[in-house]
Amino acid sequence: MSERGTYLDHAATTPMLPEAVEAMTARLGLVGNPSSLHAAGRAARRVVEESREALAQAVGARPSEVVFTGGGTEADNLAVKGLYWHRRSESPGRTRILASAVEHHAVMDSALWLAEHEAAQVEWLPVDRFGRVLPETLEAALAQDADSVALVSVMWANNEVGTVQPIAALAEIAHAHGVPIHSDAVQAFGQLPVDFGSTDLDAMTVTGHKIGGPLGVGALVLRRNVALTPVLHGGGQERDVRSGTLDTPAIAGLAAAAEVAVKRQPERAEQLAGLRDDLVRRVRAVVPDAVLGGDPDLSAAHRLPGNAHFSFPGCEGDALLLLLDARGIECSTGSACSAGVPQPSHVLLAMGIPEDLARGSLRFSFGHTSTAADVDAVAEAIGAVVDRARGAGQTGLRT
Amino acid sequence: MKVLAAMSGGVDSAVAAARAVAAGHDVTGVHLALSRNPQSFRSGARGCCTLEDARDARRAADVIGIPFYVWDLADRFRQDVVDDFVAEYAAGRTPNPCLRCNEKIKFTAVLDKALALGFDAVCTGHYARIVAGRLLRAVDEGKDQSYVLGVLTADQVAGAMFPLGTSTKQVVRREAADRGLAVAEKPDSHDICFIADGDTSGFLRQRLGSAPGSIVDSSGTTVGEHDGAYAFTVGQRRGLRIARPAPDGRPRYVLDISPVTRTVTVGTADELDVVGLTANRPRWSGPPPQGAVECLAQLRAHGEAVPAVARRGPDDGQVDVELRRPARGIAPGQAVVLYDGDAVIGSATIVSTR
Repeated sequence: MSERGTYLDHAATTPMLPEAVEAMTARLGLVGNPSSLHAAGRAARRVVEESREALAQAVGARPSEVVFTGGGTEADNLAVKGLYWHRRSESPGRTRILASAVEHHAVMDSALWLAEHEAAQVEWLPVDRFGRVLPETLEAALAQDADSVALVSVMWANNEVGTVQPIAALAEIAHAHGVPIHSDAVQAFGQLPVDFGSTDLDAMTVTGHKIGGPLGVGALVLRRNVALTPVLHGGGQERDVRSGTLDTPAIAGLAAAAEVAVKRQPERAEQLAGLRDDLVRRVRAVVPDAVLGGDPDLSAAHRLPGNAHFSFPGCEGDALLLLLDARGIECSTGSACSAGVPQPSHVLLAMGIPEDLARGSLRFSFGHTSTAADVDAVAEAIGAVVDRARGAGQTGLRT
Repeated sequence: MKVLAAMSGGVDSAVAAARAVAAGHDVTGVHLALSRNPQSFRSGARGCCTLEDARDARRAADVIGIPFYVWDLADRFRQDVVDDFVAEYAAGRTPNPCLRCNEKIKFTAVLDKALALGFDAVCTGHYARIVAGRLLRAVDEGKDQSYVLGVLTADQVAGAMFPLGTSTKQVVRREAADRGLAVAEKPDSHDICFIADGDTSGFLRQRLGSAPGSIVDSSGTTVGEHDGAYAFTVGQRRGLRIARPAPDGRPRYVLDISPVTRTVTVGTADELDVVGLTANRPRWSGPPPQGAVECLAQLRAHGEAVPAVARRGPDDGQVDVELRRPARGIAPGQAVVLYDGDAVIGSATIVSTR
């Protein structure tokens, strides 16, 4: 429960864990730039390096493979643009970017920016109706002239519908063709076992605030032999890949959260899946024509344990959101907004969901503070809310 | 009551929402996104619907302490207001897009959706009053906006709430400052919100292209050429670019626009006088006139209301208005709003004048 009521938007951001608050606040009042050579600097450097080791351990990487960033969006930008620029500088013909059609905008818009300004050719890898990139799809795209591909980027698990990608298989294929592959694991990390080292991934994005760490800090996990061109230039911190004074308190908070999240991941996943399964069952009981978005196989191999996604035929997502919000239930339409104007989700459209149905979508996402009372609140409200939203229809605002 | 407050990002709608809260209503704010590709920032005092306006509206909702959403009405607005505006000009008429927006967007699309979602009323920052179900002029004559609300039917008025009608603009600005609303000093919006640079004829030229024709005087003599009759409005004096001066040396005004022949007729100020008009598409918020009704007729947003006699046509789709005092520069397409004292009776769209 949040201050107001039922918080079911943990995929947007989740409350900080007490361990992370403690680690972060312990550093807030202390001076010391980790790049300084004096005692205060060394003390800060020690916290950063211990945090780096802790995060590396949590994601299955080596400490030298952790590049701290200002969050997931920055790490995605660094991976996509940095790999593209570096690969093209090695060979000017490498201008293709292969990315799944269901990527977060941080990946998608980085690729589109490269297409617009840097002559990249972006190919969106199609997904099946559950939002999954099939290994043969990537294989086919790479089989056509792999030498012209700068990079591949496929998220570990989708933020809207929770679909888990066959990331190990995809990474293996990319490597067989000698092409680097990045994965945005922002949603997967903490909910699923994420072990960078056991995959063929070259780069992977994680962020603090989705796992109970602070906002504004994340990391790009970058294999040691993979070079990329920096996006931020300056003091040469972080292997010269990401300049900028390191945010010691936030990094300490991120590492503390990562340790806890990974240690408790198995039990947490079970708890979230239990609540989620109950929600799915009860929403369907009240609204029989609600369409579950994403993979109907709710096991963690297929779907994030904390994710439930529904489309309600004949409803506008923003009307559902308004009506639930008025009843103290906080969730998301799951789609991107520009100036707060809801657009039909590119993820759902890529999955072949018709635009009308896509517009009536809601994402409920569970996290470490979720309880059975949250499920009860939704189950009690959803019937009346859907009836009301259906009465308002989709025709009110659109012609 | 559950009230939906339309918040433009300006001072008026912010104070209106705050007053609805103060009156004890359960208020939710919405910003109407009327453009698919909004400008990032306001240019000058004009317009609305920039991202900055959306942000201002959101900040006002935060300060007032109400939920806030953005509703996408871009498609409806383009179709019902902008396309209609262009089509009206193309047909030689002079539309008022603000009336159209109130009729079709704020008090149809938004009100219908609000009612369907369980709200009881839509609250806006218009300066007008509703007393015992009747739409009345605002007490601040200079700000009165009952004219642009004249298109509302009785049902629409029943679903409307105008908390500012009893105040002057000065009071509203002061109240905004007292309430800590950052928009207190924001300049008033004016003109046509979807023509950000104020260049209406440029906007129309872009959409209607070049359509050259003649400018003739009332005797039928050609006195000039033009590039598109839509760039003219009845009563217009400036920008006629007539090479030859009138024989009597008096200024000339646009008297008539005939889109089919692309002819613009000009003449003297006297010839602009109108003593009567016929209007269609009547919409009544008060009791529709039975027989000949003495009333006041207002013919433009900031014009004075002249004594008049209004009659409904036989088929109810028409209204005939006889003006007791001649009015000048009345263009087809404009709305005539009829008043009984301060109370709006209804409105209709002017078809022809005499």
